[in-house]
Amino acid sequence: MTPPAIQMTGIDKRFGAVHANSAVNMTVQKGTVHGLIGENGAGKSTLMSILYGFYAADSGSIAINGTPSLIRTPADAIHSGIGMVHQHFMLVETFTVVENVMLGAEGGAFTARGAATVRSKLLELSQAYGMDVNPDAVVSDLAVGALQRVEILKALVKGADILILDEPTAVLTPTEVDNLFVLLRRLAAEGKTVIIVTHKLKEIMAVTDRVSVMRRGEMVGTVETASTSPADLAELMVGRRVVLTVEKGPARPGGVVLDVQDLSMRDARGTLRLDHVSLSVRAGEIVGIAGVSGNGQSELLEAIAGIRKPSSGRVSLNGAALDCGGRDDPRTLRAKGLRHVPEDRHRMGLVKPFEAAESAMLGCSDEERFGKGIFLDRDLVRADCAAKMAAFDVRPADPGLRTALFSGGNQQKIVLAREIERDPQLLLIGQPTRGVDIGAIEFIHKRIIALRDAGKAILLVSTELDEVLALSDRVLVMCGGKITGERLPDQTNEQDMGLLMAGVISEQPGQAA
Amino acid sequence: MSGRPAPLWLTAGVVPLVNVVVAFLAAGLVIALIGENPLEALQIMLRGALGSQYGLGYTLYYTTSFIFTGLAVAVAFHAGHFNIGGEGQALMGGLGAALVALTLPFLPWPILLPLCVLGAALAGAAWVLIPAYLQAYRGSHIVITTIMFNFLAATLLVYLLVGPMKMAGSMAPETAKFVPGATLPLMNQMAGWFGLTLTRTPLNLSFVFAIAAAIMVWVLIWRTRLGYAIRTVGANPDAAVYAGISPARITVIALLISGALAGLMATNEILGVQGRLINEFTAGAGFVGIAVALMGRGHPFGIVLAALLFGVLYQGGAELAFDKPKITREMIIVIQGFVILFAGALEMMFADRITALYQRFAGRAVSA
Repeated sequence: MTPPAIQMTGIDKRFGAVHANSAVNMTVQKGTVHGLIGENGAGKSTLMSILYGFYAADSGSIAINGTPSLIRTPADAIHSGIGMVHQHFMLVETFTVVENVMLGAEGGAFTARGAATVRSKLLELSQAYGMDVNPDAVVSDLAVGALQRVEILKALVKGADILILDEPTAVLTPTEVDNLFVLLRRLAAEGKTVIIVTHKLKEIMAVTDRVSVMRRGEMVGTVETASTSPADLAELMVGRRVVLTVEKGPARPGGVVLDVQDLSMRDARGTLRLDHVSLSVRAGEIVGIAGVSGNGQSELLEAIAGIRKPSSGRVSLNGAALDCGGRDDPRTLRAKGLRHVPEDRHRMGLVKPFEAAESAMLGCSDEERFGKGIFLDRDLVRADCAAKMAAFDVRPADPGLRTALFSGGNQQKIVLAREIERDPQLLLIGQPTRGVDIGAIEFIHKRIIALRDAGKAILLVSTELDEVLALSDRVLVMCGGKITGERLPDQTNEQDMGLLMAGVISEQPGQAA
Repeated sequence: MSGRPAPLWLTAGVVPLVNVVVAFLAAGLVIALIGENPLEALQIMLRGALGSQYGLGYTLYYTTSFIFTGLAVAVAFHAGHFNIGGEGQALMGGLGAALVALTLPFLPWPILLPLCVLGAALAGAAWVLIPAYLQAYRGSHIVITTIMFNFLAATLLVYLLVGPMKMAGSMAPETAKFVPGATLPLMNQMAGWFGLTLTRTPLNLSFVFAIAAAIMVWVLIWRTRLGYAIRTVGANPDAAVYAGISPARITVIALLISGALAGLMATNEILGVQGRLINEFTAGAGFVGIAVALMGRGHPFGIVLAALLFGVLYQGGAELAFDKPKITREMIIVIQGFVILFAGALEMMFADRITALYQRFAGRAVSA
């Protein structure tokens, strides 16, 4: 019997008081696709970082193909035949594919020979695995799916037999995801070993042979994919039964609250980020915007929220025209009943070094209820935060604790509590559950639906297609800064959405209407 | 999941103390290398700085200047900016005070003196206005511009003191004496009003101003809406934009406050001690303020303590150089350099290890 490709035994790692990996065992058989799932902070990244030599384990051992291996640096890992494809691509945008792949293997002071070797290997590998990549294309011209293939090729050219992919589907369209999975299956069939780290249960079910589940630094189980279900995996991850579907009644939309007409925006370099976007959101309805990340959704939310100034177009709230990014900055818009849960809570929604109570009044620090005149009353600020924490079940319910010390889900609850509690007319929500534990997702989804049922207008942006389809009453799809189509969630499917998300078909409902 | 945060006494008490001890050990090693007894040297320093009314007076007089410049650096820090221009802003503070004192000498002292103090603060703030505007609205780095403005301030002062503002008939680059109503009383004079006798030292009323400024900065940063906005801009400018706080506007406001605090340093030296505007009166206090702010972790209470430490180093160092000819003025600067190195630049060198040690023990105590 062939020894397992990877055998990690008794891996233990502490960061200060955090026990990131506690006596973790993991065995990956050769020629399989192996999934590694767990909530944020469960220790998957730490485990993979140890395997790839970014961190040294405090104790434990690693055997590669049956041989005990000491992996202390990424160079050791590469030498042992391990390759890593990071979530954020590590490519030099201005280089060609060949130049990127030969980084670290230039073959001497002059690059011609190294380039020739790399080119021939590249062609050989892309033929062997059916990967269509032009070696002379400049990386900045390639689509995201192609970039990922370059990353995989980079690892293979370096001689990787074991590939680790960290959240590989986060930036892909459904079609690209399908292509990736075909490739991964083919790699496994040829004898390569693939580990995919993800939190998306559906993908685990679609592509893996076996799946290992981590919870709170411990390996809670490894199961055959064929003999499990998403609900079972979710239970393993969270430690209790969770409801994976969103229950909601039909929407009862009222009058138009938000109306956007021909909104366009150029960025500092002059690139058109929003291209004549028109949409409307009525009271008591959730309008979802689907699309691959980076196709103008962020710009759309930030323009409406007054953070960035659009180059042209009209935005009106309850019939009154707004001057977003000009006279109407986020502060005045808040006063008009527009609230915003930003896409990236770490970058915008919270101030991590602040105590929770201070993060919980971000954007409202001028309100009378937090103190008299120029002063802030710390007791009032903390009491307000404690009330929000109680209403949204934030744990630990300690307003004095530093924001950074809360888990992703609890941080998101703080942001939601802050934005929802002031009774908004319109709520903009970006990525409501990114980096949020499954248990908290359930709670957040319920709150959003409850807000809709209370007659509020909600504009939702999420790159999780399932989430958009589950929550929204109407779905708009964005690609390249344009709205490429509008669908009712129960009258579409993934293929249809995928084509709209990739911009293959474009219906521009704004102009048709 | 995350470790318990280290308590305040650890981060603000033990960690700086360890840093200072290490700094003194390193300095002691140097003193031993040149053949002097480090313990004796330490004793002379401490006795010189704290062992007599005279020494203590001088120590607190130095401390006063460092509190002002330390607070100046700290306020800018909280807004995320590194104001290196304390030196120049303090020089201009002196000019502001002098202009008021010399142009309005006929005013009665209860009006003149506050105006002089106000002049120092306003002139310090004015000197940072251009760098602040350039940083906020044009993206010119505040470190570069404030360094350049230090040179501009120094040359402007030299020009004024050898030209338009020089006292007629004097050979020295200094202005005429201010009227008594434009100077701050010395501490020993004030003690005299209450029937107490103190040794005459340069320590003056501005020490009280410095402590008051420290309290006001604490209130500003942690108890006002403006302070909240300043800290938000400093910690996360994107979050500030999201909240509707303009980082550019807050940057300018915070730097103006910073410049005003640096300008107030002149109340100690010019209004308190000299009673006239002289050249180079800041004597590096603007730069010491950077170390003081770093060591005090941007907190006014820490800044007062750190300023006191540097006051001890300045006064005790002078005594040491006087007592031990082998230990020259330059050696004293080496010792101060060690303190800046360990307590300022390397302030976090031991912090992680000490915190980890604490958490290990605290963790055990909980699990046991």
